[in-house]
Amino acid sequence: MNLLPFFQWCEATSLGTAIRETTWAFAVIESVHLLALAVIGGAVLLVDLRLLGFGLRHQRINDLASDAWPWLNRSLAVMLVTGIGLFLSEPTKCYYSTPFWFKMSSLALAIMFTYTVHRKVVFAEEGRISPVACTIVGVVSIALWLGVGAGGRWIGFSG
Amino acid sequence: MSLLSFCQWLADTPGSIALHESLFMYPVVESVHVLTLCVFVGMSTMLDLRLLGLTLRRVPLTDITSRLFPWMFAGFAVMVITGIALFYAIPVRSYQSIWFRMKVVLLICAGLNAWIFHATIYKSVRQWDVTEDVPPRARLAGILSLVFWTGIIVFGRMIAYNWYDCDRPQSALVVWVAGCTAEQQGRK
Repeated sequence: MNLLPFFQWCEATSLGTAIRETTWAFAVIESVHLLALAVIGGAVLLVDLRLLGFGLRHQRINDLASDAWPWLNRSLAVMLVTGIGLFLSEPTKCYYSTPFWFKMSSLALAIMFTYTVHRKVVFAEEGRISPVACTIVGVVSIALWLGVGAGGRWIGFSG
Repeated sequence: MSLLSFCQWLADTPGSIALHESLFMYPVVESVHVLTLCVFVGMSTMLDLRLLGLTLRRVPLTDITSRLFPWMFAGFAVMVITGIALFYAIPVRSYQSIWFRMKVVLLICAGLNAWIFHATIYKSVRQWDVTEDVPPRARLAGILSLVFWTGIIVFGRMIAYNWYDCDRPQSALVVWVAGCTAEQQGRK
């Protein structure tokens, strides 16, 4: 399946054109994208470090996950909305960018993992998941989100 | 020696030129600087939200500070070191960037806010450690911290844009804030 025509259609959308042609738009959207990055980083790390036995280890994983969950969802929503805005302003560049595809693959994996395996583990009853499993889930989660972040930053350096 | 001539001297040092021109080192340093946001600002934001009663309400504040401060300090150290390296790579333009200057002002504000918080209201933390009833002064510190760090991130990002650079014609206000020289503005 060739996605290039779809990307070119995205580039021609009025929203994409507007963002591309307004001096401040890309910078402002990107700044909001970064602000949400800080929040999602905090929400992810709080729980994942706990899974690895660091950070707030006097607290139950379950409780921490309940506290961090709404902020993860909110910041992810902001990331996706602003991310789509950034994408729409330069889809053709993205299409030919290796870091873009790396980031999108990592993002798809990170979201799938977070809302299935990760969610099950962090919301499981105390003691039902072995420490080894917790460690693995924490490492995989951090690695996937790091891939998303690093890939995202790299889009700006390429092309 | 003015700060500007110091920056000009810095820009001519071999290390600065090497970092500025390196194909990989500069992007790597910049990426580390940006991604460490997640560690430092991410955790600091969770702490601020706790002060405002928006998350971790049942977790004692002292548990958060004692367990997370080492991570925050480490994250902050990485941000400062990579930040200095980024400045070192592009000293003159950074020094004359209105965004960089506003970011430095906000960094000082954020530092003062944290210092005042710890030197005053945090001393009585034992009395409100486990309650959701955070004193107004501590809430204010949380709000100010969120505001300052929002500004620091936004201004930091804007440094990359050249709209207000001294090598372009600028308004009197920008010339004053950025400290552009008459020479740069083409009035020789």
